[in-house]
Amino acid sequence: MHDLIQYIQSYLGSDKTPGVAGNFFWATVYVLLVFVGLSVAVIAMNWLERKILAHMQVRLGPMRVGPHGLLQPIADALKLLLKEDIIPDGADKVVFWIAPFIVVLAAFTVFVVVPFGPTHAITDMNIGILFMLGVSSLSVLGIVTAGWASNSHYPLIGALRSSAQMVSYEVAMGLAVVSAILMTSLNATNTGTLSMIGIVEAQKDQQVWFLFKFFPLGIIAFVIFAIAMVAETNRAPFDLPEAESELTAGFHTEYSGFRWSLFFLAEYSAMIAVSSIAVTLWLGGWLRPFPNLLQGATADLVFSLIPGVTFLFLGAICFYNTARMPKHPLFRIQTIGLAGFGAVLALIGLVLFVPVVRLWVSDIFWFSAKVAVFMYLYIWYRGTFPRYRFDQLMKVGWKVLLPTGLALLILTAMVGMRAELIAQVKEALHL
Amino acid sequence: MNPSLTQNPPVATSFFFYGIAAIMIIGGILVITRKNAVHSALALITTLLAQAALYLMLYAPFVAGVQIILYAGGIMVLFLFVIMLIAIERNMKERQFNKQWLIGIVAAGALGGLFIAVYTTVTRTASGSKTIFPLGSSSYAEGQNTQGIAALLFSQQAGTYMFAFEIASLLLLVAIIGAVVMAKKRI
Repeated sequence: MHDLIQYIQSYLGSDKTPGVAGNFFWATVYVLLVFVGLSVAVIAMNWLERKILAHMQVRLGPMRVGPHGLLQPIADALKLLLKEDIIPDGADKVVFWIAPFIVVLAAFTVFVVVPFGPTHAITDMNIGILFMLGVSSLSVLGIVTAGWASNSHYPLIGALRSSAQMVSYEVAMGLAVVSAILMTSLNATNTGTLSMIGIVEAQKDQQVWFLFKFFPLGIIAFVIFAIAMVAETNRAPFDLPEAESELTAGFHTEYSGFRWSLFFLAEYSAMIAVSSIAVTLWLGGWLRPFPNLLQGATADLVFSLIPGVTFLFLGAICFYNTARMPKHPLFRIQTIGLAGFGAVLALIGLVLFVPVVRLWVSDIFWFSAKVAVFMYLYIWYRGTFPRYRFDQLMKVGWKVLLPTGLALLILTAMVGMRAELIAQVKEALHL
Repeated sequence: MNPSLTQNPPVATSFFFYGIAAIMIIGGILVITRKNAVHSALALITTLLAQAALYLMLYAPFVAGVQIILYAGGIMVLFLFVIMLIAIERNMKERQFNKQWLIGIVAAGALGGLFIAVYTTVTRTASGSKTIFPLGSSSYAEGQNTQGIAALLFSQQAGTYMFAFEIASLLLLVAIIGAVVMAKKRI
């Protein structure tokens, strides 16, 4: 028992991730924390997407279940779990059963290497970004098998579209990622890294987010990735695999109840995963804005207060809307509920002001805030852009993004090696 | 304090090796015995993923990652893409045939003999201990694997494998052109 407590305590104060330190206990704790955090994020995204889309279309969105529909995702989840689980008569039962699990496993496994902070990751791998791209590319297998196993026309067409789309956009995505990785090698030893934590630390050392490195090359790479990542996650405007107007629901038409909710879970956690890649590679990961420009105790204090202020602000919005609730007796429980929700948010905000918590949470907060921007963009795209036609989709992927990515890769390498290149040209011209 | 808890536990234990090897062999058997081509493809994916796990055990995470991206994520998706468009109902009714079983047995026997030969020589040289992995293999720095491969391929001092690597990719190009020529009578 004493050994166990010492073993648990031995990790505290370590400057490594639990996976690298080889501490099973904290690795398990981190895995559970990431899993719970992801599930909460997916539930929150479900509510936010419906609300934000509704407000973009001048509707109210869910309003009935709980104050402002806050309990709607929980009601939805209960409904899905209680629904009848249907397996079509002609379906390939084993493959039909496995497919949702492949998608969920692929979507959740990638979070093993996502760096929420210098020590706040489950583990750090030498092949971090390669691992993320590889495992997330396995999810297409689940989609393809789901479409085929349903033994129905719409799912099969959806699966074929999905596999063609994901394979073609992976190429452009890979080229954009490589150009960012090239930038990590611009240090004293000329050694790059694929490790997710290493990539963020390279941005810290070079004192610039890779988004602004070699302007405009970094931004172009980022834009290629941002387009390809929407296509990779099958979201609007690239949601052809599940185009409602043409294919009812695409590859998961025949799925119902719990299995369908697994696809839903996987889609949203895959969105969070690719957003985390974008944040890590181009937006400085867990680094707060201006870590080098605004140094010193005052700036540190101001930036570390932002998480708490954010939660207090959210709580204040809740209280404002509590005051605006209808005064009818029927709305009394909803009003109390909204006030309670605001109180919880404000309490979280107050806890985030405690110096120890502030220190622990600031990197997680900045990472999550950057990812949240991407999640909002996903919803915004869905509310703004019409769906691409399939030939347009292929044209964008192969004729625009791929050549741009190739040119970008060569240009990034040339700019990165410009000193050596100039020296070689001078030598060749005998200058 | 128990020292075994604080030290990094070894990854390459024979327990894991036998488990992964069993998955590979079962997957391989399923690939050739399933009548349904999609089931065969899924079994092949399992085998390839288990192979990636074997690379990890050999302290080669980069090769494992490339194995997952290229084979499981890329090539097998294209396999499935093609297989799903074939009418599988007819294949299910046909009797499976194999006219090259004699050559197959000879090739499998030769490969098995080679493996046994390697296994016996390895255990003999590795300081008498009964281990599948030679003792030197664990000394490679796992954290520098990618950088090590890059140095072997590209650096001017040790970059001796670049030519062989490019020639291998040329071989693949020849195979692709051959497939196109065979599939299309008139190009």
